[in-house]
Amino acid sequence: MKVALFVPCFIDAFFAEVGIATLELLERLGVEVDYPLGQTCCGQPLANSGCQADAAPVEALFVENFKGYEYIVAPSGSCTHHVRHHFDAIEQTEEVQQVRARTFELVEFLHDVLKVDALPWAEFPHKVGLHNSCGTLRALRHASMTELGEPEFSKPMTLLSMVKGISFASPSRPDECCGFGGTFSVFEEPVSAKMGYDKVNDHKAAGAEYIVSADSSCLMHQKGCADRLGLDLKFIHIAQILNGARA
Amino acid sequence: MKRIDHAEASSHFIAETEHEAFHDRRLWDLRQKRDRESQTIPEWQALRDLASAIKEHTLTHLAGYLEQFEAKAKANGVQVHWALDAEEHNRIVHDILAARAVRTLVKSKSMLTEECELRPYLERRGIEVVETDLGERIQQLDDEPPSHIVVPAVHKLRGDVADVFTRTLGTDALNDDPHYLSEQQRVKTRPYFLKAEAGMTGGNFAVAETGGVVVCTNEGNADLSANVPPLFIASVGIEKLVPRLADLAVFVRLLSRSALGSPITQYTSHFRSPRDGGEMHIVLVDNGRAERLGMEKFWTSLKCIRCGACMNTCPVYRRSGGLSYGAVYSGPIGIILNPTHDLRKYSSLPFASTLNGSCTNVCPVKINIHEQIYHWRRIIAEHNQLPFVKKAAMKMAGRLLASPKMYRRSINVTDAAIEHLPRFLLYSRFNAWGRQREVPATPDQTFHAWYLKNRRMDGKTPS
Repeated sequence: MKVALFVPCFIDAFFAEVGIATLELLERLGVEVDYPLGQTCCGQPLANSGCQADAAPVEALFVENFKGYEYIVAPSGSCTHHVRHHFDAIEQTEEVQQVRARTFELVEFLHDVLKVDALPWAEFPHKVGLHNSCGTLRALRHASMTELGEPEFSKPMTLLSMVKGISFASPSRPDECCGFGGTFSVFEEPVSAKMGYDKVNDHKAAGAEYIVSADSSCLMHQKGCADRLGLDLKFIHIAQILNGARA
Repeated sequence: MKRIDHAEASSHFIAETEHEAFHDRRLWDLRQKRDRESQTIPEWQALRDLASAIKEHTLTHLAGYLEQFEAKAKANGVQVHWALDAEEHNRIVHDILAARAVRTLVKSKSMLTEECELRPYLERRGIEVVETDLGERIQQLDDEPPSHIVVPAVHKLRGDVADVFTRTLGTDALNDDPHYLSEQQRVKTRPYFLKAEAGMTGGNFAVAETGGVVVCTNEGNADLSANVPPLFIASVGIEKLVPRLADLAVFVRLLSRSALGSPITQYTSHFRSPRDGGEMHIVLVDNGRAERLGMEKFWTSLKCIRCGACMNTCPVYRRSGGLSYGAVYSGPIGIILNPTHDLRKYSSLPFASTLNGSCTNVCPVKINIHEQIYHWRRIIAEHNQLPFVKKAAMKMAGRLLASPKMYRRSINVTDAAIEHLPRFLLYSRFNAWGRQREVPATPDQTFHAWYLKNRRMDGKTPS
């Protein structure tokens, strides 16, 4: 199985360790991974701002980099959501549609495609609170949603439960948005920060040592909030835990 | 019209920490009650599908149902009026009142009359208008618009209400007991019901089959407004039609459960014909609805039954308050309705959302609210209504991200380059990030650089 790794721009720039963990984890699971060197971004920040014309060449470049692969895997729910559900600033050729359909977020790729049932190298002796980003929760359907009252399921929880020594904290509002929201975080700063404060306080009150998520963008925002509040909380991407990080 | 600055307004709301905390808690509590109550109904999701289908059917056959409704209402002895816009609506209502020398009008809560700004219109013409819904009366006495479409004064604490009542109704300044306050309002409002020559309500539904208007309330004030004075006027948006009584049942099951987490409103009143010796009028109002019906991406917003569930679940609304939207309709539903009235004035509202999608999940008529918010952003950009800073930043970012070479150069990790890295990634107003949050630590290297070092023998960067 030949897979292309998409490392979104802000992960590339700020969170190299998340890209590394994703790559190593896929390799451990026997996947042959390519990292197309000409990649930049999926165009989401532009498209979410309404700027379709500015997003178009970025989307075209994405397709140029990732066309022809059987799967494209990204350690980011929101970028995957953009590619799969919104990516329409460019003409929807067969090639474009194929790239969109073949793009997977890491957790769903592990859970649905590889059907991982053991992670013998993974051990994380800490109490973690899981943060499902809104993109993974409501768009990619990583887990059941409280608004719908549907039977409970959680793909990230299923994977994390394979990790030795891990325990979980349950926040009171598990699927409330943390307030990152891309450019929302700067253009609607007062509400964004307040939502972030409420989110990290909720996890802290539930006894979490770490907040784990499939989205580094939410974590970057929450860490910024927790650090400002002086909360003793640590943040880690799910790829790192599944790849065997101990702390 | 000046643009609404939602972010600026929200900062003032959040600064009132006790108010903000109460507001968030109170509305989240309504959301949780809604969850519990909806989960007692196994067919809840099927009901939502059905409600959506009935509304879509009605809206796509609206002309026929409106004519059926009008004919039936007239046969019931009701006088039916058609208003193209707010101005015409207000003129019709005023003409009816003036012709009968009405000096005092009691009315129950109606978002449509708020939308048409009826109250100031009538007051300017010498007619006293008394809101009789408790929350709406509080807002009227405080000279503020409603901040929520179901609980209009939810942003106020009991002490605020006590202050307003002391100032306007002369209540005991030291007594902020909610029972005392609501009893005082009741006592002071009763005489108006007896004195008023006319009463007015909105309408939650209009049933084509019966020609009747249905009003759902918890206080019974709509019934008093409609039944006590000799003249009764109901203003109804043309999207409120449902074909049959049997269809209405679906909505009655959904409405209060979605709004307040209660099985049903205390009163579900059907007004079909004038009372003995009285007069009844129905004003059917368009005010932009027909135009919205023609908008491919947005017409389904007309399915809205004004339950407010999207507001209760919205994390942004709960932390910024309804008044921060600067519009009659606030929260997620307001974000998608208001720009149809004035794109420029409300151009910031579609950005007052994280696109988290919770609103869409709770909507009892399955409006894809967050997707419509997303789409409004495109319309705003296309109509050149983005703030200059954002537009310029997006243009620059688009150019950078479309070129691997320029992109690599810009995030190439050197001490000098790292300085503008966050600025580039977080766009303009970068200071906004750091005001209440720490900035991410400077990384040692990019993933790209690590990959070239560790996985590629040639170590070359693409050109």
